[in-house]
Amino acid sequence: MNAMRYEAPGSIDEVVALLAAADGDSRILAGGTDLLVQMQSGFVKPGLIVDVKKIAEATTITAEDGGFRIGAAVCGAEIGEHADLKEAWPGVVEAAELIGSVQIQARASLGGNLCNASPAADSVPALIAAGAVCSIAGPKGRREVPVADIATGPGETSLGTGEVVVSIHLPAQSPRSGDAYLRFIPRTEMDIAVVGAAINLSLDENGQCSAARVVLGAVAPTALLVTEAADALIGGPVDDAALERLDAAARAACRPIDDKRGTADYRTKVSGVLARRAAGIALERARSNS
Amino acid sequence: MDGQGQDFKWIGKRTVRPDGVDKVTGRANFGADFSLPGMLVGKVLRSTHPHARILSIDTEKAHALPGVKAVITAADLPDIPSEEAHFGEDPTDFRHVSHNVMARDKALYDGHVVAAVAATSESIADEALGLIEVNYEVLPHVLDVEEAMKPGAPLVLEDLITGGVTPTPKDPSNIAKRVQFDLGDTEAGFKKANMVVERRFTTKPVHQGYIEPHAVVASTSEDGHTLVWCSSQGHFMIRAACAKLLGLDVSQLRVMPAEIGGGFGGKITVYLEPLAVLLSRKTGRPVKMVMTREEVFRGTGPTSGTVMTVKIGATKKGQITAAEATLAYQAGAFPGSPVGLGCMTAFAPYDLENVKTVGFDVVVNRPKATAYRAPGAPLAAFAAESVLDELAKALDIEPLELREKNAAKEGTKAPYGPRFGPIGYVETLQAVRDHPHYSAPLGPNQGRGIASGFWMNFGGQSSAVVNVNEDGTVVVTLGHPDIGGSRASMALMAAEVLGIDIAKVRPIIGDTHTIGFSDITGGSKVTFASGMAVVEAAGDVVAQLRERTAMIWEVEAEGVVWEDGHALPASTNVGEFEPLSLAQIAAMAAKIGGPISGRASINAKGAGPGFGTHICDVEVDRETGRVVVLRYTAVQDAGRAIHPAYVEGQLQGGAAQGIGWALNEEYVYGDDGRLQNPGFLDYRMPVASDLPMIDTVIVEVPNPNHPFGVRGVGEVPIVPPLAAVANAVENAIGVRMADLPMSPPHILAALEDKA
Repeated sequence: MNAMRYEAPGSIDEVVALLAAADGDSRILAGGTDLLVQMQSGFVKPGLIVDVKKIAEATTITAEDGGFRIGAAVCGAEIGEHADLKEAWPGVVEAAELIGSVQIQARASLGGNLCNASPAADSVPALIAAGAVCSIAGPKGRREVPVADIATGPGETSLGTGEVVVSIHLPAQSPRSGDAYLRFIPRTEMDIAVVGAAINLSLDENGQCSAARVVLGAVAPTALLVTEAADALIGGPVDDAALERLDAAARAACRPIDDKRGTADYRTKVSGVLARRAAGIALERARSNS
Repeated sequence: MDGQGQDFKWIGKRTVRPDGVDKVTGRANFGADFSLPGMLVGKVLRSTHPHARILSIDTEKAHALPGVKAVITAADLPDIPSEEAHFGEDPTDFRHVSHNVMARDKALYDGHVVAAVAATSESIADEALGLIEVNYEVLPHVLDVEEAMKPGAPLVLEDLITGGVTPTPKDPSNIAKRVQFDLGDTEAGFKKANMVVERRFTTKPVHQGYIEPHAVVASTSEDGHTLVWCSSQGHFMIRAACAKLLGLDVSQLRVMPAEIGGGFGGKITVYLEPLAVLLSRKTGRPVKMVMTREEVFRGTGPTSGTVMTVKIGATKKGQITAAEATLAYQAGAFPGSPVGLGCMTAFAPYDLENVKTVGFDVVVNRPKATAYRAPGAPLAAFAAESVLDELAKALDIEPLELREKNAAKEGTKAPYGPRFGPIGYVETLQAVRDHPHYSAPLGPNQGRGIASGFWMNFGGQSSAVVNVNEDGTVVVTLGHPDIGGSRASMALMAAEVLGIDIAKVRPIIGDTHTIGFSDITGGSKVTFASGMAVVEAAGDVVAQLRERTAMIWEVEAEGVVWEDGHALPASTNVGEFEPLSLAQIAAMAAKIGGPISGRASINAKGAGPGFGTHICDVEVDRETGRVVVLRYTAVQDAGRAIHPAYVEGQLQGGAAQGIGWALNEEYVYGDDGRLQNPGFLDYRMPVASDLPMIDTVIVEVPNPNHPFGVRGVGEVPIVPPLAAVANAVENAIGVRMADLPMSPPHILAALEDKA
């Protein structure tokens, strides 16, 4: 029998020290909505669990540089109830709120969703589209890394041994800009994205698209930032022709697999549909955000 | 008496359910809630091969682990001979049940149990499972029903000879049985048709999806008597199967029914129970076994996946001249798919001269199929009602009218033999026509479909005891586990017969040693059969109350009548007496003849066939293939709704399960024969937000064979939805979906094929 140790320190320094001193598999516990399921089904048997929910920095949302710093362990329900955050980044908030049921929303966190490194994670495409940056603590101190650079493959991250994501910073949203996230699931709830699409776009004073970031989820080993799809929008009006180009560019970028949740062919087709629909929502938001 | 025109005091009232408070507070004890001091944890080891010969099992290391009290394999169970067992609607074989509970010689599917342990803790039990060394010879496997039927397919059971075929085949195959039902001459019938539609359908196995995983506690005393607590659809079935599989006397086993968190047919057989009993007998300690959800999916019964062909011909005016169906159903690893019931029910809603249905029961390397709500019928109805819809369109006749023109009525000879008594199919069609849903406008990409369904409903053995307490309250003891609200319905019927307030009646489920034998809760029998037993037992109480009153009044018993809960003189000739209430008589019982207790043990005959017709509206997203059910109405003949809220709940629940079956539920197996989606995340049953409020209409055409006119209602409502959804999808996008599930990728592919 393997004994498991549980620690819930009050500071990030203590977390780093605990991880550094641990031998064998150690895991960070934020909401636990992935970790506990993985433990229950025997996929992981950690020797040490470090709960980060007692740490203020990891559990609060604060305004910073016109944007927001969201603690890695802040739960989806709290994100959804943050009026200012929701106004600035409705797509990110929607994505966070899509994770799991009402009960799961009281636990599931952005940090957990990111570090679980599922290609189908709902919040990750929206965070990447928003240009979010993580604050990471580790044995060598702090570093800042774009969210896009965390996941390296299914279940795998670029985090070094003993490193922990402490918070995620969302920049100030530009004027005349809007973001949106849509996912496709066969049901209405309690499911995992077959395809996800996040769009963050900005309009110039003439209503032409001046900047865009298009990110697809569940169609490759990690969330895909598709610059060709963004280029389809930038420099002109977001009209039907632009949306058709976006649709085609999204489909062309997909590298999905066949699995129990959907076929590669189906995922590819739906990625274009979702990108187009998400762009429509982002456009409306950008227009009303001037 | 058929209940017509009766003025009821309690029948038809929406009373508070007797089990409700304990269930909403969490106090109710389900299978896994029971514990005993010194209890061990039992766990099973399951094969991860879909088909493998078990060359050897070495349990020595597991035995040696401190805390392990017993390890068992098939060698510890008696190798029992073949013997027909009657648990549910279809017969099975105790030998197959034994081999399903614990693999003997071969593991036949991913999830098949090969060994079990009992240990002092769950983690020790888990560790022990890891120490059991099974030496397998992996064999080629077959999952698909058509592949399994081909000559040269891997043989799941090496000695299986097809039944129902003359001459008897010499060589074994995976076809366990061929069945055929005939009426008239279909060849001649098709010649008279102006239009014939024929289509092939396929469906995937689906799970019953009950919320409560299987759970059992068994405790054996030094004298060899074992107590068993578990949730099931029949504690007498659990007792019979455990006794047979372990070679025990029936009286050595006492089975206590726990509250049950859903069964839908999936709990009419044993899985863990015989193993828990054996482990308890070996260790002399209580043993608890509880399945995980993954084990439920990998190890317990789904209903069959199928390949079906249906052909229907009709005249220009819409008179059906002939109907044929060929149904091949997966049985899983052992014979016993519900294909016979599929054959019997496929065309039963219609008055047809010429019908032929042929069924094949086919074994494959999947878990043994178990009953699922109207076993076999939803599949056959999916095919038959889809072809009817297509035929109606080809004839330019409204699908509802085509059904009206051919509807079965009293006196119609059913395709499987009997002539129907009074039935309410036509009344369900009329209710559909009259319902505002039927004529409500539809928007773009929206469609409406209707479909009908039939279930013969069952009766059978049932026992009830009605004990009058000294204060005039009453305890009604029943023999069937309460899955669909039977305690509420039985209390209502007892209160009606006794003429007392429902609050004075307490219904309970007796265990196997305290109530007479009763069949499983299944076949939509309980409100009908148990209701008859309760009415008879309550009538027995009334007879005793009249006798006691006669003793008090010093008159003949015939001189006393029972009305509205009171004994009254039958006429003024008997004499002038103040009415005596049940409570007054009960208070005096000790002095006048002793306790008052009524009982009945019956074999109920004359179950009334049930019919339903459903209306479904869908909207299809043409870009993603996603189908949303917008509106749904279920109409059904209940004979007499004893507790209408429960009847409505049955209609809604059946429709919800049928919609899930139609849209997204399926087992996903890899090429390696392993199940890839053993959980509710990826086995996509509908969640609450996926469904609209399901409207219900109860039609009441009383069953003359029941004192209050009851027909079973639990199974019919899952029969129409598969075709109702498919017909609605066709109406929305002009594509006939013949393969289930109609999941988004399938719908999108079908739309692209059409374009």
